[in-house]
Amino acid sequence: MTVSLRVLDDGAWVSVNDAREVSVSELWRLDDPSFCGCDLPDFVVENVLSVGVDGRTVTANVYGQCIGCGETGVPGWVPVGRLSDGKFVDIDRENTVLPVYDGDDR
Amino acid sequence: MPTDVERWKSEVYGTEIREHLFRFAEEGWDAIPEDERDAWFERFKWWGLYHQRNGQESYFMLRIGTPNGRLEPGQLRVVGEVAKEYATGPGTNPIFGDAYADFTTRQSIQLHWIKLEDVPAIFEKLEAHGLSAQQACGDSWRNIVGNPMAGDDATEVIDAWPVIQELNETFKGNDDHSNLPRKWKVSVTGTPDGSGQGDINDLALEPAYKEIDGEEQVGFNVRVGGGLARNEPRLARDIDVWVAPEDAAAVAGGLSALFRDHGDRENRYNARIKFLVDEWGTEKLRETLQEDYVDFELETAGDDLRDQYTYNAGGEGRNDLLGVHEQKDGSNFVGLNVLVGRMGADDVIQLADLAEQYGSGAARLTQRQNVIVPDIPDGELDDFLAEDLLEHYSPEPSPFMRGSVACTGTEFCSLSIVETKNRQVRFARWLKENVDLPEGVEEFHIHLSGCTASCAQPQIADVSLRGMKTRKDGEPVEALDIGLGGGLGEEPQFARWVTQRVPVDEVPGAIENLLANFDDQRDGTETFREFVLRHDDDELADLVEPEETSYEDPMMHNTKRTWYPYAEDDELDASPAPSLADGTPITSDD
Repeated sequence: MTVSLRVLDDGAWVSVNDAREVSVSELWRLDDPSFCGCDLPDFVVENVLSVGVDGRTVTANVYGQCIGCGETGVPGWVPVGRLSDGKFVDIDRENTVLPVYDGDDR
Repeated sequence: MPTDVERWKSEVYGTEIREHLFRFAEEGWDAIPEDERDAWFERFKWWGLYHQRNGQESYFMLRIGTPNGRLEPGQLRVVGEVAKEYATGPGTNPIFGDAYADFTTRQSIQLHWIKLEDVPAIFEKLEAHGLSAQQACGDSWRNIVGNPMAGDDATEVIDAWPVIQELNETFKGNDDHSNLPRKWKVSVTGTPDGSGQGDINDLALEPAYKEIDGEEQVGFNVRVGGGLARNEPRLARDIDVWVAPEDAAAVAGGLSALFRDHGDRENRYNARIKFLVDEWGTEKLRETLQEDYVDFELETAGDDLRDQYTYNAGGEGRNDLLGVHEQKDGSNFVGLNVLVGRMGADDVIQLADLAEQYGSGAARLTQRQNVIVPDIPDGELDDFLAEDLLEHYSPEPSPFMRGSVACTGTEFCSLSIVETKNRQVRFARWLKENVDLPEGVEEFHIHLSGCTASCAQPQIADVSLRGMKTRKDGEPVEALDIGLGGGLGEEPQFARWVTQRVPVDEVPGAIENLLANFDDQRDGTETFREFVLRHDDDELADLVEPEETSYEDPMMHNTKRTWYPYAEDDELDASPAPSLADGTPITSDD
């Protein structure tokens, strides 16, 4: 089954199958001390740069900043949802510690 | 690899989108195949329609492009009537009610809650009165900006209006320029006040004198590659070209074609011409323009008037176009403050009545989101100024009202991180009641933008506010970054972001404390921008002391996680969208 994944409206959204699913302005806890030195960077999503898929996991590459220390940048790929029978299944991104994968691990 | 947007544009783009738009309008929202929605929403932008954010599916923002902010007699009434009839939806704004028009920082008009099914009737009415939404959004020539009083302003050195008209007529609906790598923003100005704000446009034509064949002529110097978005602000760069008014379309078209051919179509973040100017430099840009895009010898730059620029400059002279000003013909134009640019539809219609009663019926929009009523004879001026409507839309408002600019924000916009327009109204009202400016300071500009797209032009304000998040007492709350000391003028400069992530309820206190510190430590009569210039970032950060005050913010939570932040039940699940043409929610088949 083909799934359509794209970034929309100049980086405002991750679109899955022509439905806007993940928005900028979300606050994510990232399991990625390498991003800024904080144990769990408290990361505001300011722009979605690209979207990908790893098996059934939808991942996004985003720009933003850690509100704990102010570091800005692009962490690795962050899981934002899952695909089940070709449909997007949301995860509670704002209340979950999200792993971060680098490009090769994805 | 071309982006999705480039692929969609290569299939259908430009004027031909209209027939599809009207077909979908006829057949209804559900006629847009689900797997084609992203593509069609991207294309609809070219005709001024921007699909609203999550939770507001099937509703659109409609942008009407009014070149140079110029509304001919009767057009303001049409805007008000269209807003009143069509710009209502399931959400009611607690400050502005239902049905309003937004005047934008690019002298355009935005209406919200527009249904696709109503678009043909709206277009018919707009176009019957000379108005259009064509190319108001999308990757093409956008609404051309400038001094909205071009042709009438007693201070102008050259009438820019015929040039703007020619550019508008040449490049709207022009297949050679309808599909650019990204938006193309143009400013043309003929006054010496800098009110076209050319520095922040992709292409700026600014008044300049040049000796040609022994005679001094007035024309335009050309600057390229300005813009504020994405943490990459640039001032337009001088490419050492002067152009006569009759050649302006050839040079502007040459530059637009150069951008079409050489702009980056593989990465939309790198697509604006400001990045091409970064990469090439101005010399190569000029050489390429000369060799490949114009068929006459370009003149070198003339003598500009930038040392006279006052608009949004923070010093003496007119920083905006509010108040009473003389026109060339001896009548007057009166600039009225529209706080954050939003005006109720009934007020728009009432103002159209006044414009007809006292003036010619014409109106103008400014880049500071305000409205101008022109052509008022001296003998009518006092009666006009005494009208009740002007108590609310004042020609001489409080500096905090006068200086306020705000973008659309999370109420409707996908990109924004925070609520903006209503918040800026609350800020301005609180500051007006509680804070005094230092003696002699008459103007103080505060611009609030919900994100780095910078639609409220935050980097060119005394106090720049930009949407962010933080945690307060462990809870995520809306916050603002604070920048200081931006402005245009002879020495334009962008604000310096000195304090980050201030919870929104502490921002008015921060501004109050900043102004108190400015008053205490001010050197004589120096301006706020001069004061900022002589301090480093750390010193400035110490002068901004965020603090809770009597100001209360009802929108601290994540307004983006609502379908409409002011709804009684604002949860996304409670959204009535998408809906049929009459507003009835469309139930899901799932």
